[in-house]
Amino acid sequence: MYEVDARGLSCPEPVMLTHAALKSHGNEPIRVLVTEPHTKANVEKFAKSQGKKVTVTDKGDEFELVIE
Amino acid sequence: MNLTENKKTLALSGAILGAIGALLAFMGNPKNMAICIACFIRDSAGAMKLHQAAVVQYLRPEIVGIVCGAFLIALITKEYRSTAGSAPMVRFILGMIMMIGSLVFLGCPLRMLIRMSAGDLNAYVALIGFVAGVYTGTLALKRGFSLGRAYTVEKSSGYVLPIILVVLLILSVTTSLFAVSESGPGSMHAPVLVALAGGLLFGAIAQKCRTCFAGCIRDVLLMRNFDLLTIIGGFFVVMVIFNLVNGGFKLSFTGQPVAHAQHIWNILGMYAVGFAAVLAGGCPLRQLVLAGQGSSDSAVTFLGLLVGAACCHNFDLAGVAASAATAEKAAVAGGPGINGQIALIACIIILFVIGFSPKNKRA
Repeated sequence: MYEVDARGLSCPEPVMLTHAALKSHGNEPIRVLVTEPHTKANVEKFAKSQGKKVTVTDKGDEFELVIE
Repeated sequence: MNLTENKKTLALSGAILGAIGALLAFMGNPKNMAICIACFIRDSAGAMKLHQAAVVQYLRPEIVGIVCGAFLIALITKEYRSTAGSAPMVRFILGMIMMIGSLVFLGCPLRMLIRMSAGDLNAYVALIGFVAGVYTGTLALKRGFSLGRAYTVEKSSGYVLPIILVVLLILSVTTSLFAVSESGPGSMHAPVLVALAGGLLFGAIAQKCRTCFAGCIRDVLLMRNFDLLTIIGGFFVVMVIFNLVNGGFKLSFTGQPVAHAQHIWNILGMYAVGFAAVLAGGCPLRQLVLAGQGSSDSAVTFLGLLVGAACCHNFDLAGVAASAATAEKAAVAGGPGINGQIALIACIIILFVIGFSPKNKRA
């Protein structure tokens, strides 16, 4: 699974990195790690707008989004 | 209720923010200012005597409210995250630059929108600069610009700014320690409790719907995403209605309150603000909200805004409002003096160094 480590990054880097990952590795599931709830919401909304299915797991200090 | 669920909730959120702005203007805040982050931080700096410009000294409860509103709603909805470590001193500089650019134009992006809603054509001119600045920032982002990661730190780090602001507000209303303008924009303010309540609600809503004036343009340019722009649209519509109803709408370049028509400096001022805001991850309002929800990096950006405001008035960097001729004095064209012009050009050069330096690329 292709991983995007967007933990601690400022807006809009997490969404930009996710966008780039979807372009380069769109055929496989992508795991995106973020720290903040608003970043999680932004990435989730963006992935859904690209027609992807998103599974979000709260891991305490961070969120894991799996985009397929 | 999820404020960002769909276009309707986004527009409604913006409309509520606009209603708060309208109420504050109706209750006494300066005309076409209502709620201006740059001006209000500058006024608060004056209250603390960090500068001596007598007409702009008042500790604005709105600033306290916005930070604390974001803080409280983040705590309540478990979105509070105490973070730090993402190039704080670069963010300090970006905060200073956002303030210098704003005060050359005489308003932050929020006030630019409020002035646009009142028919101030100078704000539409400044919008050109703002969009160009945001565009330049997106070029830096596409090239890999990053200020690096923030890391989770001790929870109490994020409590400091809200607590300090509350203490300052209490001191400002219970003692005579702070300066208070007797004339000019600093003397125009809504009652303290109204301003505080308005700020708290504004901060809470802005936190929940992630309102950001730079972000709204940036997301359209980068991703054709119109969510943040929808919030701004809701805000703008309410402010236009308010101005039309109360007779405050006047389509002109001249005769606008606390404004000037030096087009090139309005454009360059807001160019610096747009560019810096994208590099910093958000406009001045967004920095206050991020600081409230625990980002010590954004709290440092707030300090940069505060120090920038003090520098603007101590070293004559701010724009001067235009004024018509009276019996006693000649007309004033307004705009920044030579110090402000040099400072602004230097700020823009610094932004290019920060934004396009090979070292500031994402690891």
